[in-house]
Amino acid sequence: MKAPSRSPVSLRYQTRQALQGYGFVALWMVGFVLFTLVPLVETFRYSFHHVIVSATGVEMTFVRWQNYTRALFTDPTFVELLIEYIVETLVSVPIIMIFSLIIALFLNLKLPLKGLLRTVFFLPVIITSGPVIRELVSQGATTVPQIARSPLVLEFLARLPRALRNPAEYLMTSFILILWFSGVQILIYLASLQKIDRSLYEAAAIDGASSWESFWKITLPSLSATNIVVAVYTLITLSHFSENKLVRYIYTQTYDIKGGIGYASAMSFLYFAALALILLMIYLALRSRAPKV
Amino acid sequence: MAVHPLTKSLPSNWQARLRNGLAQWPIYRDRARGLLLGTRAHYGLLFVVLVYALLIAIGFVYLYPLLFMLITSLKSPTDLLNPMVQWVPTEWYFGNYVRAFRVLNYPSTLLASIMVSVVPSVLQTAVCSLIGYGLARYRFPGKSLLFALILATFIIPPQNTVIPQMLTYRRLGLLGTLWSLVLPALGGQGFRSAIFILIFYQTFLSLPRVLEEAARIDGASEARVFFQIAVPTALPAYVVSVIFSIVWYWNETYLTVIFLEGGIQTLPMQLSRFVQAYQNLYPPGTVNIFDRLNEAIKLAGTFLNILPLLVMYFVLQKWFVESVERTGITGE
Repeated sequence: MKAPSRSPVSLRYQTRQALQGYGFVALWMVGFVLFTLVPLVETFRYSFHHVIVSATGVEMTFVRWQNYTRALFTDPTFVELLIEYIVETLVSVPIIMIFSLIIALFLNLKLPLKGLLRTVFFLPVIITSGPVIRELVSQGATTVPQIARSPLVLEFLARLPRALRNPAEYLMTSFILILWFSGVQILIYLASLQKIDRSLYEAAAIDGASSWESFWKITLPSLSATNIVVAVYTLITLSHFSENKLVRYIYTQTYDIKGGIGYASAMSFLYFAALALILLMIYLALRSRAPKV
Repeated sequence: MAVHPLTKSLPSNWQARLRNGLAQWPIYRDRARGLLLGTRAHYGLLFVVLVYALLIAIGFVYLYPLLFMLITSLKSPTDLLNPMVQWVPTEWYFGNYVRAFRVLNYPSTLLASIMVSVVPSVLQTAVCSLIGYGLARYRFPGKSLLFALILATFIIPPQNTVIPQMLTYRRLGLLGTLWSLVLPALGGQGFRSAIFILIFYQTFLSLPRVLEEAARIDGASEARVFFQIAVPTALPAYVVSVIFSIVWYWNETYLTVIFLEGGIQTLPMQLSRFVQAYQNLYPPGTVNIFDRLNEAIKLAGTFLNILPLLVMYFVLQKWFVESVERTGITGE
């Protein structure tokens, strides 16, 4: 093959492309191995050991599945928190999605003061850090007391069956907090709403569709990909949040004498498994609604 | 023919005019209905009022914690005890801020927070743009695997990787220094790096390749094409990434508490040990009742904590709220 090339080593176009591409992503691959893959495997190894960190190094004794069985069968706090986490997440994610979609639909209308409202609804993204939220919650700033402690609400809660009461109570006491997690989601929905072709709505209106019908037949189906993005983003933000009770519990157990790194690692992996399970559920639930092209 | 006194003042053709007016009634009725309920051209008045009422109500609930915080932090100890004082303090009292300022050790923790959030953010953005560009512009085997792994780094909870990293940093003597945050950022594994990689991927994908091709034909190297053509055209994405990254690093406490332990003290870290720090400065028992720690002082500390970000938000507001449109992550 006589490729007219001035460079001494002439590579095929694809090979050169691939090498240049790898050149750009090489940094990430090194970083991934060093800061994600190796620590992840190491943590997994810890979870089967009893780990003692001393000044001289790390001592490990192999304990098989003991850390896992302890978390699941002996430790009452962990299981309770895990169930609470799953229930609260399954309640919060749809609420945040619906709320941010509604706000995005409003902000998508041609109204004056739209910019100001957008600023207000995005504000929480700037300030939600763990310690700030903890202070606000402990001072009772995140519930509107007139609503949350009104006799009507208490009466209503008392009559619910126990399985429903916890999620409902969670909803009442941390409603504002739940809404505070929708800042980025509103923007994502807003951007996708603006991408929907206007002419679709015009055509539907000429054919006599009401705006209610256009919402269900045009808007919602166009958002199916966005829904997945928003759901995953919400799930991860909630699950990684440092004030998440389960995250806090694992953190305190790491430095606890009775707990230790091995036990905390086992709990981390159980937590990760629960997270993956919810992720799968969300994906399956939203995927089935996607239109079949 | 006697003219009735009432009709005398009316014009002579009043009957015709009345009939005419009545005939036009449907037009007026339709106009009124259009004004209230809306037409094809504009929204109805009722609709607009309803939407505003809803948005303002939700906005109020949304801002309630902030208002509560601001008002409470301005209350003097006597106002706090007075059940009559709810929303309007009797005086502007800044004593809480003075104390919180001292307890937080504000100047030095503020500086630390700025450093801890700005340095990794800039590096993370730079690295993520490189990776995003590589993914958007080159074809190489294993790209879909790479995307899956990038998504995985977004999903894996930090507690599943943090302990070995912490132990390694400790062994290397990097714990408590800025390096423990800078190194992962340099490897594209910083806080939420995956999002920024996707932002740059989308951005570069949406930019035309023509300029880059032209430069390549003129003999520019790949690095030169990237730095001299791709980077300047993608500038908005850089701004968005840096500011979001700063906000997220600033608010991140899980990793910073573990990595910076015993070293740098940031504002949120100092806030989380506020009670302890307060008692070091004002030991309970030795101070009079008005100097005891109360919720007003705590909320003043919380407000001081978010103040720098609020200032940044109001200055750069446009960049924040238009970020998603500018970078186009909507799920395609």
